Amino acid sequence: MRKVIALLLALVLVFALAACGQEAAKPEAKEDTPAGSAEGGLIKVGVINNPPSESGYREANVNDFTSVFTEENGYDAKFFYSIKNDEQLAAARQFITDGVDYLLISAAETTGWDAVLKDAKDAGVRVFLFDRMIDCDKDLFEAAVVSNMALEGETAVNWLLDQKLPEYNVVHIQGAMGSDAQIGRTGALDAQFEAGTMHKVVQQTATWDEGEAKKIVEAVINSGEPFNVIYAENDGMARGAVAALDEAGITHGVDKDVIVMGFDCNKWALRELLAGNWNYDGQCSPFQASVIDQMIKTLEAGGTIEGLNDAKQIISEEKGFDARTITQEDIDTYGLGE
Amino acid sequence: MKTKKTSRFFANNSALLIPLIAILLLVIFNLFRDPGFFSVSIAANNNGDPVLQGNLISILNGASELAILSMGMTLVTAASGGQDISVGALAAIAGSVFVKVLKGGGAITGSTVLLAVLACCAVAMLFGAFNGSLVAFFRIQPMIATLILFTCGRSIAYWINGGATPTVTSGIIDGIGSFIPGIPIPTPILIVIFMGILFALLFRFTTLGLYIQAVGINQGAARLNGINAVGMKLLAFVLLGVCCAVAGVIGVSRLSLINHETLLINIEMDAILAVAIGGNSLGGGKFKLIGSILGAYAIQALTTTLYAMKVSSTDVKAYKAVVIIILVVLGSPVVKEAMDRLWKKLRTSHPKDAGKEAA
Repeated sequence: MRKVIALLLALVLVFALAACGQEAAKPEAKEDTPAGSAEGGLIKVGVINNPPSESGYREANVNDFTSVFTEENGYDAKFFYSIKNDEQLAAARQFITDGVDYLLISAAETTGWDAVLKDAKDAGVRVFLFDRMIDCDKDLFEAAVVSNMALEGETAVNWLLDQKLPEYNVVHIQGAMGSDAQIGRTGALDAQFEAGTMHKVVQQTATWDEGEAKKIVEAVINSGEPFNVIYAENDGMARGAVAALDEAGITHGVDKDVIVMGFDCNKWALRELLAGNWNYDGQCSPFQASVIDQMIKTLEAGGTIEGLNDAKQIISEEKGFDARTITQEDIDTYGLGE
Repeated sequence: MKTKKTSRFFANNSALLIPLIAILLLVIFNLFRDPGFFSVSIAANNNGDPVLQGNLISILNGASELAILSMGMTLVTAASGGQDISVGALAAIAGSVFVKVLKGGGAITGSTVLLAVLACCAVAMLFGAFNGSLVAFFRIQPMIATLILFTCGRSIAYWINGGATPTVTSGIIDGIGSFIPGIPIPTPILIVIFMGILFALLFRFTTLGLYIQAVGINQGAARLNGINAVGMKLLAFVLLGVCCAVAGVIGVSRLSLINHETLLINIEMDAILAVAIGGNSLGGGKFKLIGSILGAYAIQALTTTLYAMKVSSTDVKAYKAVVIIILVVLGSPVVKEAMDRLWKKLRTSHPKDAGKEAA
């Protein structure tokens, strides 16, 4: 009897898992919708992206594309999501076979795309890259709308310099070592440490883990060394740092003892800014769809794309919010998540 | 009389030597480096409540989730002779359920929090039973069986709340993850003590501990003696599920936020390590819960020491590895035998003690 129960239990869970799996596959199923809906002069677009579950950033990115490339805007868009390069490549081939007019790609990996992009060019499919660059000949795509992580770090550090503090004792909490965001956000601050304009109290990685960030800041507080800036490379880690400050009775925010800086611009983080508990939040913009939409409309009207740099890139504008000037409207427009 | 007691203590608890030595070494090292390292002070937090502060409190507080998970991991290890590598993922699922329930029902009150805790315990027990049934019923190796949930667990956690990092704001949640106003001890420490007492009572008043041990030592012999081996293994995984739920709730409550990707990330390896440092055989059988708990504190003490020493972020894992190599080698059978021989030699040179022991 017990064996039967155990078996049933296992089966129930397996089916539960399978059901979840199907749910996740739904966005992919969209590409199976009959092409008949493409009638009426709609522009056929295939979008290849990473899955929204990757991060809050990606979810905002995916939502941005699904809300811009709609039938009302004149598109027949199909979407494919995977974090695996080979699956993305297969999907790209399928899109080319299906005869899309435009292919929009945020690649999982920077290499391996040459052959597919050549096929696309031969088939007359025009390619736009967004969010991530691909290592390939720049004739193979029309334009790339990307973020410049280094610029994002510089924007934040310049803001910090503008605060004109008598001295800068910085606790620097890093993301997962080697990730694009970590390298970009660390670089600008490292330059200040080297130049001697800011003093590095501690520089430690919490690998994006907010709980670990709290422990790092606790260790700094316990060491008794003074600090007046927390530079955390994402919002979650800034929240962890702030929790440690709160427990130690150290004030933080606008005109308080410690300046708190985060990145990503989650809505909850921007609300902390609005309340004056944090000072700054930087963002690597996940909103590239409208820029690409404009460029496609330009091409369709027979125009040419302007404003590209030598690498055929358009660098997304990086936002940084100051607690003194942020408004509720900013939160609604640029905040990620809920 | 006193020597007899001590020698008996070591004979019964030789397994505890390794974590105790590890902690002792870290304590001595830190005192040498900074005499004030373990000083504890009491100061007001930003809510104006007096709370305990200091590295000692940080270590005890920070190791809470790990200590709780290592208790459950010890049981699973003892019963099945293998480890559950899905504990971090399961804690993320449990934490997500906790947040989902809290966000679903309007205002957060004591009863909604209780409901949320019960719900996430139930879900975690179900997943624990899933792992357990794969191991106990289908006799799949535990590491392979739990690899399934390890792989998909954080995706499941994502489906529960969506991609962003939802936050919950409530004084009760702060009370669970940080301090209850008026009590200067961090609540997670109290929860660890509560869980420890719960397990101690469970082993004191039931035969569960003995049965799990028997199944781990020899499953066939245990079955012939009327012990339900399959049931025991299943139960060990379900109990680990409860531990995951509690750890998940603490993790979420600390910052009133769930990030399914980073909540208790990589903690499965630390939990297994805590069991090993605690002197428990990873092959199953005899176990000491207190050893694993001490192991958990030793690991956190090591991490906190490295942070206090300002070891560079690129090197921190390498330093950790060096210390762990030393600890694991110290606890290895070869070194243990050598230590035993040394111990016997020392005792024969004190025949009086040896005589007492024989009597």
